[in-house]
Amino acid sequence: MSDLFTDTSSRGLLSENILHFARVLRRAGLPVGPGQVLDALRAVLKVGLSNRDDFYWALHAVFVKRLAQREIFNQAFFIFWRNPEILERMMQLVLPDISDPTNAPKESEDVLRRVTEALSSNSSNGEERVEEEVEFDASLTWSSNELFGEKDFEKMSTEEIQLAISAVRRIKLPQNLVQIRRFKVSNIGKRIDMRRTMRAVLRSSADFIPLMKRERLKRRPPLVILCDISGSMERYSRMLLHFMHSVTNDRDRVHTFLFGTCLTNVTRYLRYKDVDQALEKVGQAATDWSGGTRIGRSLADFNKLWSRRVLTQGAVVLFISDGLDRDEANGLSAEIQRLHRSCRRLIWLNPLLRYEGFEPKSIGIRTILPHVDEFKTIHNLNSIERLVDILNTDGKQDISQ
Amino acid sequence: MTSLPKDVDTTLELLGDGDYLADRSLATALYLAISLKKPLFLEGEAGVGKTEIAKVLSKMLDRNLLRLQCYEGLDVTTAVYEWNYSRQMIEIRLAEAVQGKSRDSLESDIFNDTFLIKRPLLQALEQNEGGPPVLLIDELDRTDEPFEAFLLEVLSDFQITIPELGTITATEPPLVIITSNRTREIHDALKRRCFYHWVDYPSAKRELEILSVKAPTAAATLSREVVDFVQKLRGMDLFKVPGVAETIDWAHALVQLDCLSLDPVMVNDTLGTLLKYQDDIAKLQGSEANRILNEVKMEQASVSS
Repeated sequence: MSDLFTDTSSRGLLSENILHFARVLRRAGLPVGPGQVLDALRAVLKVGLSNRDDFYWALHAVFVKRLAQREIFNQAFFIFWRNPEILERMMQLVLPDISDPTNAPKESEDVLRRVTEALSSNSSNGEERVEEEVEFDASLTWSSNELFGEKDFEKMSTEEIQLAISAVRRIKLPQNLVQIRRFKVSNIGKRIDMRRTMRAVLRSSADFIPLMKRERLKRRPPLVILCDISGSMERYSRMLLHFMHSVTNDRDRVHTFLFGTCLTNVTRYLRYKDVDQALEKVGQAATDWSGGTRIGRSLADFNKLWSRRVLTQGAVVLFISDGLDRDEANGLSAEIQRLHRSCRRLIWLNPLLRYEGFEPKSIGIRTILPHVDEFKTIHNLNSIERLVDILNTDGKQDISQ
Repeated sequence: MTSLPKDVDTTLELLGDGDYLADRSLATALYLAISLKKPLFLEGEAGVGKTEIAKVLSKMLDRNLLRLQCYEGLDVTTAVYEWNYSRQMIEIRLAEAVQGKSRDSLESDIFNDTFLIKRPLLQALEQNEGGPPVLLIDELDRTDEPFEAFLLEVLSDFQITIPELGTITATEPPLVIITSNRTREIHDALKRRCFYHWVDYPSAKRELEILSVKAPTAAATLSREVVDFVQKLRGMDLFKVPGVAETIDWAHALVQLDCLSLDPVMVNDTLGTLLKYQDDIAKLQGSEANRILNEVKMEQASVSS
């Protein structure tokens, strides 16, 4: 094994190539560390280079840790280990496509795009790009981010939207904990843990019985997100999908529903770890993008088919909509009341609230408003961050109760 | 001890003898669960007779019924076993009074069978007179995921580990029936270990048979009208449509009120036994109930003529 690093012959070249390949994978988003590079080298030496399939699966076994990473690895492998000339030509073909914002890549090519982006920054004439990246980072720091945070999603350019998405994905919802009926070991707990006490009696030779304590465990309540995807919400809902995806992957018991003219459960699709894959599936599942809104009917569907299945154990509901209803709030009142009664807390997020002096004139908004616990805006980055505070206070109240 | 059913027909017969009229699909799932010694997972709306199956099974097979009602926070001390701490305390005090007793022997003294309080899951794994018992794990959806994960070990190997005593394995696995109202999805890993059956609302013909068994005092006309009325309600857009249990309750209520045939006043007065949500009752009360009742009467008349 020791000659692995000293040998300057063909083996040395191979190790260099594997190192480059690992870097490409890292840029494409796979968590690849130096330890894995060494593992990969050892694995390749073990299986040998005679069989291309063996080579593929050896690297696969080392680098891929999740199903979602498989596609990226696959693409990267076949581009990287092909004839390098083809690789170069390929990059030249694809690169202009990426830098041209009017020519947005198709959904199915998303993975490929990520791999080629990763490959391109690996190329020898990539110094310029590296500098660009540094600037990119600087614009995301907090001090210069304040104005950006206040900017309405609707008024952002394509580039700014990309920045906002990456910021949204970094927002973490707080651990708003509620007490459950389970116990954990604790020294300051109020209840006596008899089981541990008995064990302690046997261990100690003292005359007294040392009392062991336990206390109630705390856990995050389930979160149910109902998001409007009608025409009037278009700009926001696409942004919020990224938010929902990161929330779904960040905590357990999150259920997500989209509604326009009908209700779609997209929980399963949002559980895909790979964001491109998840959003593509969601796009296919919901059929009423950018259409009209029928809030009453969608809520009726939710109440009847889903509320009893997802609103148990004290769920918090995030209801994201502008409240503009095509059905003139027909049947909405009864349904929003039922929703309010069946959950622990109903939070309404409405992008229309951004206008100063906003008055609830629309009949839909007037119908919903009396039945929500919290009414907040969600039109820019700062408002999403404030959402974190709202959910936080919720947790504190519950603990003090 | 009654022997286990040999095929689907005898299973159907067995349930029938216990006044449980099942569809053939349910009997098949039950037969498979019994003969292949795997748990039966029953899911369905409230009041379609999921729990009843376990009760009938234990009665007809003459086996013990061990029921574990699930709730949030259910843990090992209430589901599997607990030590009798007060008795253990006394034992320790007594041991201290006797001079020269070693602590090691004390440990084995207080952690043995006499101080063990057995809960349903542990009881189910023990040798029972008259064969392995029927274990009913009721409303599993009410508990949380950690308990579900614990059940995985119990249900696949039928064994439980008690740190102080060791591993207890069932010589013969119990007949396990798990029910769920689907207020939450049960994890696939648990479902995989069971035979799954969705218990649906019965057809009109089947429901009439059930009513003749469960409410034999009701007049024939009344039973027919009750069943037709309920079947029509199930086709309506209600928040919670009535289950079989509600049908039987309603029939009993009407018999108690000396009713021989449905009439509008009676229907309106007793709607509360059938529908359990105020919105649903408000929707139906008055003209809508009368309309359905008229339809039922018309159909009955056309059938009998």
